[in-house]
Amino acid sequence: MTTFSSLAEAIRDGVKDGDSVAMEGFTHLIPFAAGHEIIRQEKRDLTLIRMTPDLIYDQLVGAGCVKKLIFSWGGNPGVGSLHRVRDAIENQFPRSLETVEHSHAAMANAYEAGASGLPLAVFRGYVGSELPLVNSQIAKITCPFSGEELAAIPSILPDVGIVHAQRADRKGNVLFEGIVGIQKEVVLSAKHSIVTVEEIVDELEASPNACVLPSWTINTIAVVPGGAKPSYAHGYYPRDNQYYKDWDNIARDREQFTVWLNNSVYKKGEQ
Amino acid sequence: MNQSYTPSEMMTITAARALSNGTSCFVGIGLPSEAANVARLTHAPDITLIYESGTIQTKPDVLPLSIGDGELCESALTTVSVPEMFRYWLQGGHIDVGFLGTAQIDRFANLNTTVIAAEHQADGKHGAYSYAHPKVRLPGGGGAPEISTNAKEVFITVKHSTRTFVKEVDFVTTLGFGRDGKGRENNPNIGKGPSVVITDLCILKPDPETKELVVTSLHPGVTSKQVQDATGWEIKFAEKLDETPVPDEASLKVLRELKARTARQHAGGNAQ
Repeated sequence: MTTFSSLAEAIRDGVKDGDSVAMEGFTHLIPFAAGHEIIRQEKRDLTLIRMTPDLIYDQLVGAGCVKKLIFSWGGNPGVGSLHRVRDAIENQFPRSLETVEHSHAAMANAYEAGASGLPLAVFRGYVGSELPLVNSQIAKITCPFSGEELAAIPSILPDVGIVHAQRADRKGNVLFEGIVGIQKEVVLSAKHSIVTVEEIVDELEASPNACVLPSWTINTIAVVPGGAKPSYAHGYYPRDNQYYKDWDNIARDREQFTVWLNNSVYKKGEQ
Repeated sequence: MNQSYTPSEMMTITAARALSNGTSCFVGIGLPSEAANVARLTHAPDITLIYESGTIQTKPDVLPLSIGDGELCESALTTVSVPEMFRYWLQGGHIDVGFLGTAQIDRFANLNTTVIAAEHQADGKHGAYSYAHPKVRLPGGGGAPEISTNAKEVFITVKHSTRTFVKEVDFVTTLGFGRDGKGRENNPNIGKGPSVVITDLCILKPDPETKELVVTSLHPGVTSKQVQDATGWEIKFAEKLDETPVPDEASLKVLRELKARTARQHAGGNAQ
């Protein structure tokens, strides 16, 4: 059964040093507030999993929370590079960063396999790509019926899954609207799940086929209005494109990043 | 030559023309997205544009800055989850054209969006070596590796320069025809691969036998030497070399208005 708590409590109780943590949201509903709380609580040695580790993981990597990154596209969408991630990979600053690199299809399949309780994902992928040369987690498997050679990778089974959603009802059932990405699969594949929401409502008013996660699939819900900013929440607020552009300059420079970290994360205090 | 359009506009409109009405097109962000939307707003009103964020049959009024902008969802016929997008729609064989950009492309149309090597390793020392010795770490594959093999065919659009058009890519993120041109042989379960590459100088197509890219059409005012100078290998030209038709006024108007709307919406301009 789900419990409601503050974001600080949810992270304190839910995320341990050394955990594998998947924070998802495909451009949309990215749980930035939860990421900043992890930075504030100085969690360390995390393995972060995310298809598109954009600004949220650039910030966590730059803050020194991360030892390993599992991903499939690492950039600042429409702008350029993730400079803190690059500094970690290229210069081991603020620490070395191990990477495990996949394609989107692979990670989407691996989350789905994780949510399905399977040990591996099988799909028609990586044909002719050199990614299998640099990622030992990509294997080939032969279909016992057709003989076709397919790709196999291990399921994603995070210790903690964290996502943002539009709203929960008072019992803790959660509704996702718009680009639902991989939100459902993250919660269902994780051992422990935390969902931040824009608001609590009396009735979800969800259509019969809406993307709803029942309360009993979620460990903790924290109400964090604006918790996905600077990404967007469909029906609540738009994407702050200027923030993404400004981030390029902040993240390029270690000192500027440190100033940002102090002013925008540490000094803000618990949420 | 006093042209009333830029080389970029020439590229976008030529790329748009390559898309037929009624096609289902899996669209990459950036140049492919620009071209695909010009196609939709001109000669191909019934084209189905699909973005990897799960938006199907989307009709954005402005170009998305990211692959998952709200505009894509709001104007889509329907929006599905990311696993459904990659499993049912792409792998399931429902995509006619995958439309991709790239950072590097080689003579067999292999694409690299993973890493630029510290020093290029000729003849055989690529891939894992480049990956371990990066000069520039690029974003990675994203959807491209499976778009390229699971769509029925692939269109590529990219600006022409020796940095982009290299003899051998430092890393094959995404299969064109493989390092030897034979990467799709004896594999009936994947698509036919790149069928056209559109740049700001010319149109290239793979040779039907060797799969090496051949220039089939020069844009108006562009010389063979210009193309050769912007290409990192000895480029072949088709025996019958066409001249690409100039952009029509209607398409130019649509493209310029689309870009102006996009700039206004993204306040400060599209960062492509």
